[in-house]
Amino acid sequence: MQAKRRFDLWTVVSLVTLGFFVLFLLYPLWGLLRQSVFNAKGEFTLEYFKRFFQYRYYTVTIFNSIKVSLAITLVTLLLGIPISYFYSFYQLKGAKFLFVVSLLCAMSAPFIGAYAWILLLGRQGVITKFMANTFGLNIGSIYGFDGILFVQSLKLFPLVFIYMNGAFKDIDNSLLEASANMGVVGVKRFFKVILQLSMPTILAASLVVFMRAFADFGTPLLIGEGYRTFPVEIYNQYLGEHGQDYRFAAAISVIGVIMTTAIFLLQKWATSRYNFSISAMHPVEKKKPKGIGGFLMYLYSYALVGLAFLPQAYIVYLSFRNSDGAVFLPGYSFTNYRMAVTRLLGRSVNNTVLLGLAALAIIVLLAVIIAYLVVRRASMLNNVIDTLSMVPYIMPGSVIGVALVIAFSNKPFALTGTALIMIIAWVIRRMPYTIRSATATLQLVPRDVEEAATSLGTSKPKTFFRITVPMMRNGIISGAILSWISIVTELSSAIILYNNRTITLTMSTYVAISRGNDGLAAAFAAITTVVTAVSIMIYLKVSKTEDVKI
Amino acid sequence: MSVDIKIKNALKKFGDNVIIPDLSLTVKKGEFFTLLGPSGCGKTTLLRMIAGFNTIDGGDFYFDERRINDLNPAKRNIGMVFQSYAIFPHMTVRKNVEFGLTNKNLSKAEIRSRAEKFMDLMQISELADRMPTSLSGGQQQRVALARALCIEPDVLLMDEPLSNLDAKLRIEMRSVIKDIQQTVGITTIYVTHDQEEAMAISDRIAVMNKGVIQHIGTPKGIYQRPANTFVAAFIGRSNLLEGELVMKGDMPYVRFEQYEAPVPAVASEFRKPQKVIISARPEELSISREDNGGFKATIISSIFLGLNTHYFMRLENGMQMESVHESTLDSIIEPGTKVSVTFNTDKINLFTADGSTNILTGVQNDAQPSAVSRAGGKRLAVG
Repeated sequence: MQAKRRFDLWTVVSLVTLGFFVLFLLYPLWGLLRQSVFNAKGEFTLEYFKRFFQYRYYTVTIFNSIKVSLAITLVTLLLGIPISYFYSFYQLKGAKFLFVVSLLCAMSAPFIGAYAWILLLGRQGVITKFMANTFGLNIGSIYGFDGILFVQSLKLFPLVFIYMNGAFKDIDNSLLEASANMGVVGVKRFFKVILQLSMPTILAASLVVFMRAFADFGTPLLIGEGYRTFPVEIYNQYLGEHGQDYRFAAAISVIGVIMTTAIFLLQKWATSRYNFSISAMHPVEKKKPKGIGGFLMYLYSYALVGLAFLPQAYIVYLSFRNSDGAVFLPGYSFTNYRMAVTRLLGRSVNNTVLLGLAALAIIVLLAVIIAYLVVRRASMLNNVIDTLSMVPYIMPGSVIGVALVIAFSNKPFALTGTALIMIIAWVIRRMPYTIRSATATLQLVPRDVEEAATSLGTSKPKTFFRITVPMMRNGIISGAILSWISIVTELSSAIILYNNRTITLTMSTYVAISRGNDGLAAAFAAITTVVTAVSIMIYLKVSKTEDVKI
Repeated sequence: MSVDIKIKNALKKFGDNVIIPDLSLTVKKGEFFTLLGPSGCGKTTLLRMIAGFNTIDGGDFYFDERRINDLNPAKRNIGMVFQSYAIFPHMTVRKNVEFGLTNKNLSKAEIRSRAEKFMDLMQISELADRMPTSLSGGQQQRVALARALCIEPDVLLMDEPLSNLDAKLRIEMRSVIKDIQQTVGITTIYVTHDQEEAMAISDRIAVMNKGVIQHIGTPKGIYQRPANTFVAAFIGRSNLLEGELVMKGDMPYVRFEQYEAPVPAVASEFRKPQKVIISARPEELSISREDNGGFKATIISSIFLGLNTHYFMRLENGMQMESVHESTLDSIIEPGTKVSVTFNTDKINLFTADGSTNILTGVQNDAQPSAVSRAGGKRLAVG
């Protein structure tokens, strides 16, 4: 139902967009692949892959990553599904508060949470010391497998919570009544009907959690210690103690991408087996929680969300404590912030905002274009563009970082160390949010509306800007805010690409943490947290929906 | 200013699928012309070809003498009303109505007064500053009409505009549309699959099937003298029976089983013994408990609807048919009763054995002959 394909302006736009992806996505990935199979003399070799698989020292990182990611996925499901069930089927007081705080936790920078937990539960942590001094209790170690599992589960269960809310909301009350009619109620109904109906969402949430856990760089970097994971290994090889080894880092990256692709496909296959969609004509009426059961529901929900929020709150609290930069002292002041100002705070904020907004502008432009191309001008070429735009979704940030360095460290594209390469990394890494959101919105805009404008004598560009774009606005804005938040909290690719001139808030935080400047780190982390929180508030205002697709 | 529309040998393909093989028609100036047919018959496709949203793969489309095949849809000066109304959700009613005018070089005051004129005409002036989401379906429909007419188009195209409304509103909007079309005097092409709606609203109707026009005529014409069995079955309800035409002297007789009746309206070129398909509408049958020379049937069931009573019966050859009679004070005929059935020979239609041609005189069909020869085959069923 589309006018005959002529070579028009949109074809040019398609080609330019494709060119962008070829240059900044395919070319770096190609470079990555090439580096991994050619040695310094330019000879083809599988030496790097062999080296990786030969030594348990390396292979163990894969197993570690998979093991901890699977464990995190499982635990987040166990934590997230009950709270979502209570939230969706009962009138909990303060439900909105639970939701917003959870969202805040999910969107915060991962390594800041890990850092706060170290301050709480680490060797010198306040709780650790308190327990040891008061009760003589040794509460175990926050480091290693257990620590990653603990920190990441508390950070990522809100994703399951948010996803499952969407699924539970779509369950029609009549389905529940029908099952009650056939004698299936209570726990049996929860497992046999409600969970089964939510299966596609459970799988989707599992994938998101797994991918996040697998690609997470900050948490294992800070508290992994002896428990070595994959993304950290890429970074270490790239910039490690043993000197730079691009080629080996590239080989590990290639293995990592193959892993995430396989998991992505596996999840797609699993989801396709649950090929149904539900929507509720008669939404479930929420019951009032009563008695001991009701009390336990409240206890569980608030304790869980409180625990997840604890590190954020603690960091903000700490940022106002006195310190000499490294060690916290009694009393409260703005010392940490004053110190931060002398340590590139201005530059960090500037870079984060300016580079972030530049990246965001490009993302929005790309998202509008790609949504239009995919939805309104479906063709082979545009499908390729759509697929390419989703590739970064399965690429760990450290892989993108390494790939960009390899591609753009030499002429003709010597971009390493510039602000431009940071922007490119962010655009590539964070555009899927906005693209998905814009595409989904445009799919809901009936083509009739544009045709109506055309039949009223409106030119194509005017129709696009006056009708199409305004109707996509909400989708674009809410997607853009999600992209923005993830840009603000970005660490894994920035850590490879940044330098003193392009330092960002998260990088300043990380630098302070790694140098042991706890007070300074707290100030930077608090600022990052507040920026994130404010962005989320704006997001909730704009999108007016709780159906956040992260 | 309205135009006449001429379509010559239109061709439309989607991939290798031919949707419209070869279609020609003419719509007169100021006429209310309806494309009627089952879903998938190509009526919306044809409408969108006229609007310019579908490409034209062959043939010529003219507004008056102007060939519009390659004219940009935005330049065709067409008012279009969509099934979904296609109201711009981010603009007020007024902005919606004014939208088309902003593309013409008009002053602000001119735009406003023109929009107001049409909002008055559609009785939506009091909604002018509301957002569309707060409007009912009928109100949105009025906005869509005002918006389409406001640009004073040469042609008004309407794609099933009433199908999203409830039954009562549909009938109300039907007369609103008809009235406004007559007031403005604009050439209108209207697409629907609802034959009652088509009959109520149109000057002329084109009945389409599988991309081919079966019959173009007035509502009365296509109902009373349908061009072929497809039209007979699609417009209203028809019992289709396999019978014979016999000649007794100069007078043609239709024979079904042992029943014979004279049909003086058979056209001269068809006056020879042959197999025919008899199309009798439920109201064109008489039933009698006594044997009056008609063919035999057994009543299966009846439905009393107040004004009329419907009878369903089984013929001796196993076929079922339906008849309608004005309700009487007598008792309703019991199921199982054997009855004798006769035709109202003035009203029934006779078709050639392949169902493609009505053999009676008085068939008014403006469709081009090339199209009619491709008419649908036999349809022996209660339509």
